[in-house]
Amino acid sequence: MKTQTDAHQENRNLPGDFVSVNPLKMSAPLGGALFFLGLDRSLPVFHGSQGCTSFALVLLGRHFKESIPLQTTAMSEVTTILGGGENIQAAILKILEKGTPDVIGLCSTGLTETKGEDIVGEIALFRKKHPEHAGIPVVAVSTPDFRGSHEDGFRDAMVRTIEELGEPSPAIVPNQVNVLAGSHLTVADLDHLREILESFGLDPIFLPDLSRSLDGIVPETFEPVSMGGTTLPEIQRMGASAQTIVLGESLRAAGEALLKKCGVPFVVVDRLMGMIAFDRFLVTLRHLTGRDYPPRLKRERNRLSDAMLDAHFYVGGLRIAAGLEPDALHDMVHFLEENGAEVVVAVTTTDSPLNAHMGRERAEIGDLGLLERRAGERGARLLVTHSHGRQGAQRLGVPLFRTGFPIFDRLGAPHRLQIGYRGAMETLFRFANMVWSRDPENGPETWYPEEGRHEAETHSGNPDMEFVPVRFEGVSALNPATGRNP
Amino acid sequence: MLKDKINAVFDETACGHNQAKSLKDRKKGCTKVATPGAAAGGCAFDGAKIALQPIVDAAHLVHGPIACEGNSWDNRSALSSGSRLYRTGFTTDLNEMDVVYGGEKHLFKAIRQIRERFDPPAIFLYQTCVPAIIGDDIEAVAKAATEKFGLPVIPVNAPGFVGGKNLGNKLAGEALLDHVIGTMEPETTTPTDLNIIGEYNLSGELWQVKPLLDRLGIRVSACISGDARYREVASSHRARAAMLVCSKAMINIARKMEERYGIPWFEGSFYGISDMSASLRNIAGLLVRRGAPSDLPERTEALIASEEKEAWAAIDRFRPGLSGKRALLITGGVKSWSVVSALMEAGLVVVGTSVKKSTKEDKERIAELMGEDAHMIDTMTPREMYRMLKEAEADILMAGGRSQFVALKAKVPFLDVNQERRFAFAGYKGMVTLVSEIHRTITNPIFRSLREPAPWDPGCRVTPLV
Repeated sequence: MKTQTDAHQENRNLPGDFVSVNPLKMSAPLGGALFFLGLDRSLPVFHGSQGCTSFALVLLGRHFKESIPLQTTAMSEVTTILGGGENIQAAILKILEKGTPDVIGLCSTGLTETKGEDIVGEIALFRKKHPEHAGIPVVAVSTPDFRGSHEDGFRDAMVRTIEELGEPSPAIVPNQVNVLAGSHLTVADLDHLREILESFGLDPIFLPDLSRSLDGIVPETFEPVSMGGTTLPEIQRMGASAQTIVLGESLRAAGEALLKKCGVPFVVVDRLMGMIAFDRFLVTLRHLTGRDYPPRLKRERNRLSDAMLDAHFYVGGLRIAAGLEPDALHDMVHFLEENGAEVVVAVTTTDSPLNAHMGRERAEIGDLGLLERRAGERGARLLVTHSHGRQGAQRLGVPLFRTGFPIFDRLGAPHRLQIGYRGAMETLFRFANMVWSRDPENGPETWYPEEGRHEAETHSGNPDMEFVPVRFEGVSALNPATGRNP
Repeated sequence: MLKDKINAVFDETACGHNQAKSLKDRKKGCTKVATPGAAAGGCAFDGAKIALQPIVDAAHLVHGPIACEGNSWDNRSALSSGSRLYRTGFTTDLNEMDVVYGGEKHLFKAIRQIRERFDPPAIFLYQTCVPAIIGDDIEAVAKAATEKFGLPVIPVNAPGFVGGKNLGNKLAGEALLDHVIGTMEPETTTPTDLNIIGEYNLSGELWQVKPLLDRLGIRVSACISGDARYREVASSHRARAAMLVCSKAMINIARKMEERYGIPWFEGSFYGISDMSASLRNIAGLLVRRGAPSDLPERTEALIASEEKEAWAAIDRFRPGLSGKRALLITGGVKSWSVVSALMEAGLVVVGTSVKKSTKEDKERIAELMGEDAHMIDTMTPREMYRMLKEAEADILMAGGRSQFVALKAKVPFLDVNQERRFAFAGYKGMVTLVSEIHRTITNPIFRSLREPAPWDPGCRVTPLV
């Protein structure tokens, strides 16, 4: 039998690949922080040096364009050697001095894990020493930087939160469902899902709920904690739900944790993008609720059908290189192939059972350097990854479709709807427009270059631009001095 | 006056359709009166503009209310290798006061402004219905402007109400004959100077052909009007031979240039591999008769052999995916049989083809290619087309943009082979593109998924996740 390490080694593209060139992946603690930011009045704290926190804070801020509450235990050389327990206690006390968060999420880092800090044990010590703070929930998660990616850290934080804060319930609330929402879902995705679940008569509790915390609120007061998200009482009520819907294969362990702790059965929905996946999701909801399909969805499906027909002229046969976290990649690759695109290379960040099922290809674990290299070798015409793909796209001379985390050079990423019929329609239009705006304008040398005498003229001015306007040269071709045609 | 012109245009002695008619029918002309409630084509103005706008360095000024230019400009993919002035939308945008007091002064000022701001080598002036009705005399304005500014201003008198697009094409040709062709002398001439008439360089199709002519040492002295410069058209009367490209639209230019300047011509097509080869042969033959080097036919044969070989090899690659797929071909102006033969070569079964504009010989060749039960379609209503597609009598529809949504709503692949198309399909390279595009669309998985029942439809086979 293969061990996980073997599988990992196999996935490693080349035996001599010791350098990660342009990383695709972000760290596990960052994923942990993202999870805690989706809880109401919570404060993630990294147990590590202040740099660990600062990088994550800046990156989250660049993506969400929000102030991110994120604290650090500020480990120094001395405390690292002598043990960081004191720093954890000091950090918590300092935080409680400034305010009272509903939840403190403590994520370890590479530094403190290497040292061998037992953060769960440290919290137990803190509890003993400070019984006056017994009411403050502190969730400690082991998220060493050297293991997994931000998708893993997000999941581990969720598992630990369920273990710490979930409460078994003797009674079941019939229409109440838990939704364990993966890190690949946007604010718009969550809003859309909530509406659909409600239209099936369900009363969902989202864990976490970034649609209420990082959705661009402009608050009246400043608080050093997250403002909005899943509330503590909601988490405590999750044990009374009739069903858990796990959105994303990576969160299966969280569904299992909730089943173990509270006995709530779960179903894993691994894909939500595109017609086929969303059909299946709706059939599942109908199966769970026995309710009829909301009429609005019928209309939306019809619109998607039409969008697929209109977009296939551009998306069909399009060679795409995609690099994302496993859940997001899996969803995106199937969506693209359903629409006739060819995903010629799929690169991902971490081990996942999905990696063997990325459409026609299996996913390779690697970095943007690998993605760029493969994209070049296999003639990809479009890159699908987060904002860091922009340099590679420019070098390859192909457009970049920005999705995933982080998107720091465009506004509105959290408000892009990707899932469901409507999200599929919007995403298809984006892809099609991107291709369309790059349609080369044929020139005298297009078909027989050796006979051509003119430079190729294309619409694509700046390869980094998503929508390249068609050049209008009727007027601009004038001689500026005379106002006449040259 | 315009009426005389129209009658003259219709009495086209070189037109095969016209010759086949009785004297009485010939007098009636070939105008098909549009049926109220069932017309879908463009007007004469549309046709005239289509025919002339590809003269890329000229300004094209539309005299009329905003609809004529405002609703139609920049809607075609005739390409230019240089000036972009032809894509600039110029219109007098007539208002109520112009309608009451007349728009001639307005028009004159517009011409002056274009001259001052853009300084084009010529301005084409298009008449439209409203100023035609109120009696604006664009010919007089053009004459006055030409004299005043020393700049050719060419009146194109084809207001929409006189007829359809095809008539407009012909009237545009008349405008060229009356006001442009023969008004300038070329800087140089060669024994291989060729005019190409009726080719508009849509999506750059001229460039799928011209490089091959270059390779043979044949000089295109003027293409009327794709990627043309005003000077080229104005001095095109010195060419040795001419090719009229498929459509009957500009036959009057070819015939009258033969009468006036003794330029022999033939009608040919660049669509389909065999047609392309035949056209190259004809060009070479005509030019040799007119003094081109005698080895030209030989070199042409060598070029044809190598291009054909390459094209067939490329098309052959798509065979596995296309073998046995059924195509319905509704192509309007394009001569069908030559495309049919290329499609059949790629393994497709052509279940029907339009013959609306085909001649008797064309129909015979189609019958020869497709067999006795060849489904030749004269006209087809969208409803009938939808039915055929819906009942899976065809796997792909190839037609003009207007039929696109008929096919797509029937969830059947569609390929645009008419004027608004995105891809160029001329010559050898173009036919390979055509086949590869058919392949790309016919193999797209969306058509299968779209035909699957929705979750709420009976027969839905999707199972819930557990």
